[in-house]
Amino acid sequence: MTEIWIAILAASLLVYSWKLIGSLLPQSVLNHPVVSRTAGLLTVALMAGLIGVQGFISSDSQIVLDARFPALVVAGVLAWRRVPFIVIVIAAAATAALLRLLGWN
Amino acid sequence: MVGSKRLDISKPVLLTSVGVGLATGLYGISFGALSSAAGLDFWQTMVLSLLMFSGGSQFAFVAVVSAGSPALAAAVTSAWLMGIRNGFYAVRMGPILKLVGAKKLVAALLTIDESTAVSVAQESAKEQRQGFWLTGAAVFVFWNSATAVGALLGQAMGDPRLWGMDAAAAAAFVGLIWPRLRERQSLIVALIAIGLAVFSAPFVPNGIPVLIAGLGAIVFGLFNWFGGKND
Repeated sequence: MTEIWIAILAASLLVYSWKLIGSLLPQSVLNHPVVSRTAGLLTVALMAGLIGVQGFISSDSQIVLDARFPALVVAGVLAWRRVPFIVIVIAAAATAALLRLLGWN
Repeated sequence: MVGSKRLDISKPVLLTSVGVGLATGLYGISFGALSSAAGLDFWQTMVLSLLMFSGGSQFAFVAVVSAGSPALAAAVTSAWLMGIRNGFYAVRMGPILKLVGAKKLVAALLTIDESTAVSVAQESAKEQRQGFWLTGAAVFVFWNSATAVGALLGQAMGDPRLWGMDAAAAAAFVGLIWPRLRERQSLIVALIAIGLAVFSAPFVPNGIPVLIAGLGAIVFGLFNWFGGKND
């Protein structure tokens, strides 16, 4: 299964390259409003996209509402109340697990 | 004191660094567990924490990889794009650290949210450097240790869905994204991004929806729609 290893190493190298290239660039790069704004929005959009896919898409790429949906509502409420990250994750897992125990999908 | 060289580490900086390291490290457990649930084995999980060493990118990578058939190119791209902010941190840290040569290579690995944040919060130049190195090292140790624990727990889990691990993966991003939603433009981009990802998913290969969502951000960034007063 070497494909996944290539992907892991490639991705790690690519992330590292941001860190290294940044250390070689002048501060003026940060001053460009479009650059910094777009980079920030990109992070937000990728995370939101991941929430969408992880939360509402099934393994055969269909849109479904299952036990993950209430779990995400719980996560949202806890995040709003500034509960620690690890508690949010555990609470969401517990919500979905409990619902599945009760017969939900 | 002639001839002696004291390390002279600032105690408050040390305490902050260890505290931040511990707190950040703790959620390495969830990464380890989610990575296992996504199908990665122990060492694949560990290498991600050791070499990629950036939470957002790591979570993104394992999330895309877990989407049914391995969408490896999309996973690599997602992790790469998610890592952009580390580049900005490195730019910020350049004049503070003033490094040359091989030390630059080491510093780069440790350039993450927390090491940068602690560093720039310090007053003196010396404490800024110490803050960076101590926090970077602390997070590295705790994050990787926690990843190992989480990975082992994840291996012992059996069917991840029974434990709600798929919901946990989505919730991780809810936790990560929430502080960024205070700005109107970010909130709007996030909502559109979810829509783009969800509604494109039935029609495109695994991993692509997330990248489509990213495209929306680039458009917003270029045109600064809903940009508000800061432009």
